[in-house]
Amino acid sequence: MKVKICAEAFNPWQEIQGYQDTALEASAKFGATSIFIGTMRDFNEGVGVQSMTLDYYPGMTEKQLEKILTDAGQQWQLIDTYIVHRVGEIKPDDTIVLVAVWSSHRGDAFDACRFIMEALKSTAPFWKKELLDSGQTRWVEKNTDGYQKT
Amino acid sequence: MSIKVRYFASLGERVGRSEGDLEFTQAMTVRDVWQLDTLGKPIPDNLLVAVNMEYSELDFQVQDGDEVAFFPPVTGG
Repeated sequence: MKVKICAEAFNPWQEIQGYQDTALEASAKFGATSIFIGTMRDFNEGVGVQSMTLDYYPGMTEKQLEKILTDAGQQWQLIDTYIVHRVGEIKPDDTIVLVAVWSSHRGDAFDACRFIMEALKSTAPFWKKELLDSGQTRWVEKNTDGYQKT
Repeated sequence: MSIKVRYFASLGERVGRSEGDLEFTQAMTVRDVWQLDTLGKPIPDNLLVAVNMEYSELDFQVQDGDEVAFFPPVTGG
């Protein structure tokens, strides 16, 4: 179980491979790996976005992410979990977040990955401020409920 | 007694600062901290609070040395 806050752009595929190669114990035990990668779009709520700044609460953010991973580990049979989250200035196409879950079976891997991502979206202290194509800035006011069908 | 008060994101802009120390002599809740430190600004809808980096409530009693944080809904991921 590991949480990483990243102030520089990162390659999610290298992060997954690197974590699996060096940090993951019980390498022959996992039969299922579930991954979520969130990437910055160049539009939001109908207008173009040039970049955004991701603010966070150093100390609490890591603590909250670790709590989410611990909660997931209590609900599902998991071998390991890993979160990487960007902070600072972010450009379209940059990866914002990576959630990776290793388990023996797909059901636990899929369900825990979804749970972790939704809990992160609703409780992890991060805040986005967008720089719009118009030159104006605006704070993103809230995240949508990922379980709500649109 | 003294606590540290922090404001994040749009709330920091609205209050006009991101952190400061608050001295007090009587027992105080998180709600009292907001009232005193913001000079009575209305409590925003959807306000989130944390004490010592854990989610808390407006009625929570603060202690000497605590860190109290106020912030808007989170928007990470």
